Amino acid sequence: MLSYIIRRLLILPVVVFGCIILVFLVMQLLSPYQRLSVYVSNPAELKNVDFDVLIERYGLDDPIYKQFADWFWEVIHGELGWSESAARPVTGAFMRFMPVSAELALWSALPIILGGIWLGSLSAVKHNKPLDHITRIVAITGWSLPTFVAGLLGLFLFYGILGWFPPGQLGLGASAIVRSSEFANYTGIITLDAVLNWNWYVFGDAVRHLLLPVFTLAYVSWALLLRVMRASMLETLRQDYVTTARAKGLEEKVVIKKHARRNALIPAVTIAGVTVAFLFNGLVITETIFDFHGLGRWAARAAQTFDLPALLGYLLFNGVLIVLANLIVDVMYAYIDPRVRLE
Amino acid sequence: MTTFLKLIKNPLGLIGLVLLVFFVVVGILAPVLAPPAWEHEPYRIPRDGYSSVPKPPSPEHPFGTAEGQYDIYYGIVWGTRTAWRVSLVVVSISALIGIVMGSVAAFYGGVLDELLMRVTDIFYAFPFLVGAMVLTTILGRGLTNVMVALVALGWMGYARLIRGDILQIREADYVQAARAAGANSLRLIWRHILPNAIWPVVVQGTMSMGSIVITAAALSFLGVGAPLGYADWGQLISYARNWILGLYGNPLAYWYVVIYPSIAITLFCLSWNLVGDALRDILDPRLRGTR
Repeated sequence: MLSYIIRRLLILPVVVFGCIILVFLVMQLLSPYQRLSVYVSNPAELKNVDFDVLIERYGLDDPIYKQFADWFWEVIHGELGWSESAARPVTGAFMRFMPVSAELALWSALPIILGGIWLGSLSAVKHNKPLDHITRIVAITGWSLPTFVAGLLGLFLFYGILGWFPPGQLGLGASAIVRSSEFANYTGIITLDAVLNWNWYVFGDAVRHLLLPVFTLAYVSWALLLRVMRASMLETLRQDYVTTARAKGLEEKVVIKKHARRNALIPAVTIAGVTVAFLFNGLVITETIFDFHGLGRWAARAAQTFDLPALLGYLLFNGVLIVLANLIVDVMYAYIDPRVRLE
Repeated sequence: MTTFLKLIKNPLGLIGLVLLVFFVVVGILAPVLAPPAWEHEPYRIPRDGYSSVPKPPSPEHPFGTAEGQYDIYYGIVWGTRTAWRVSLVVVSISALIGIVMGSVAAFYGGVLDELLMRVTDIFYAFPFLVGAMVLTTILGRGLTNVMVALVALGWMGYARLIRGDILQIREADYVQAARAAGANSLRLIWRHILPNAIWPVVVQGTMSMGSIVITAAALSFLGVGAPLGYADWGQLISYARNWILGLYGNPLAYWYVVIYPSIAITLFCLSWNLVGDALRDILDPRLRGTR
């Protein structure tokens, strides 16, 4: 087990290094003048300065391997340049926008994982029964519905027509409270801070604003997990050991929960990394539609305004996080399935 | 042929197929259904004035006009062609790249295999939409660049799939027999292994037709994809963003700007997914005999 984890850990820097090379190569598609913005961390530097001097200073006309070495050095020291669209350095912008996205991601993880696994296995147990058909329809429509359509339709129905769930992160009243000095911002995650401040009005308002984006994120991400879980459960239920368990006279509930579902979980765990990637994709759209000032909306605005440092920083951040998620998945996988360890 | 027969016997598969035929017809008949205003630029949506307030459906504009007076009906009809073009080009090129990479990795093995698989790992580390967004921004706005970005980030799935299948099939008796009979590598891959390993790739390709259209539309929605005024479903939906809230006392005032483009894109993806789902059930031997 330990040697397996160590082996996986050793691959991690290689893949991360590969990601950095890839981002660097993408950057080479641009002229040195355009690339300059990725290096300059302070916009004042760009005023009244000859650009050729700056290009010289940052070595942007050096041979490519030297440029890469320089850039790599900057990246591992967290120097990612100045983000025009956030009006602060890229690393600072991360700190600022992270809690908003984390809040959305954490709230949606719960329904995605629990709903996906529970509904998926239930659908397999009730194979070809009405519930199975409904689940399949949910999965296939979720898979076919683009996030931005789901979000806009949700907004159209629940805000435009019914007026229940407005966009934005907080209403006017709650946001005034959050900004006031009496409200301590411990984490930046509003629901968590509200609980820590024992302010249930803010908590309720935040949840009201979260419901629609979280549901949008979950609905489009459900499909994959549902499908994998259902297919794997269907296969497991046909295994001999499940028949044996039934023949022993075990209760159906026990057979499904203890014997079948645990084994069917293995393929579902493997796609967790993909689900994280889905979530990142979803955040860009959801935050844009629901006006959440988080990482995704920042990246979308960066793309619209050609804010390169922000884009490349965000891409790198996504890459590293997904590689990490895959590592955790691999370790969990080895923990759940002894066969993997023995390889 | 039997596959096709089974496909039309599957009710959901049949629905998908009928919808696809419908979209093909709309795509082919686009010049008849919506005669272009400019002969040489059929993808430019004609505008009826410049007012930002959408106008409801009328005999002149059957689906109404969106923000900026873009004709929604025209955009949807010609957007069908855009959707077909993007999805067919991207899926076929990325499948081709994936097949070549995957079969080379599987067949030669060793260092080359390890290297190619690490490269796919690295490409996999980037979320599809985010990666495509960054790449399109850097390459510049436009449909060709969108397609380049989608291919660059979309080939890995096919490579992994075909590699796994080949590794499995390579050990099969009939391949060993062909090898013993003196067939060379190229002939082995081309004549004996690929025809058997290709089906999962076909299913994967069908399933991703929809998601490619979704991602391309998402890029237009975010304002980095198709150029302004280009007949593209994502673009039409982005025009709807400011008109979610209806008028006071009439919340449904601007329903047409949201509903029509949403229906078009969702139905297109749904039909591919229905066909893909049915195909997978038919082609996957493990699921045989369950229905």
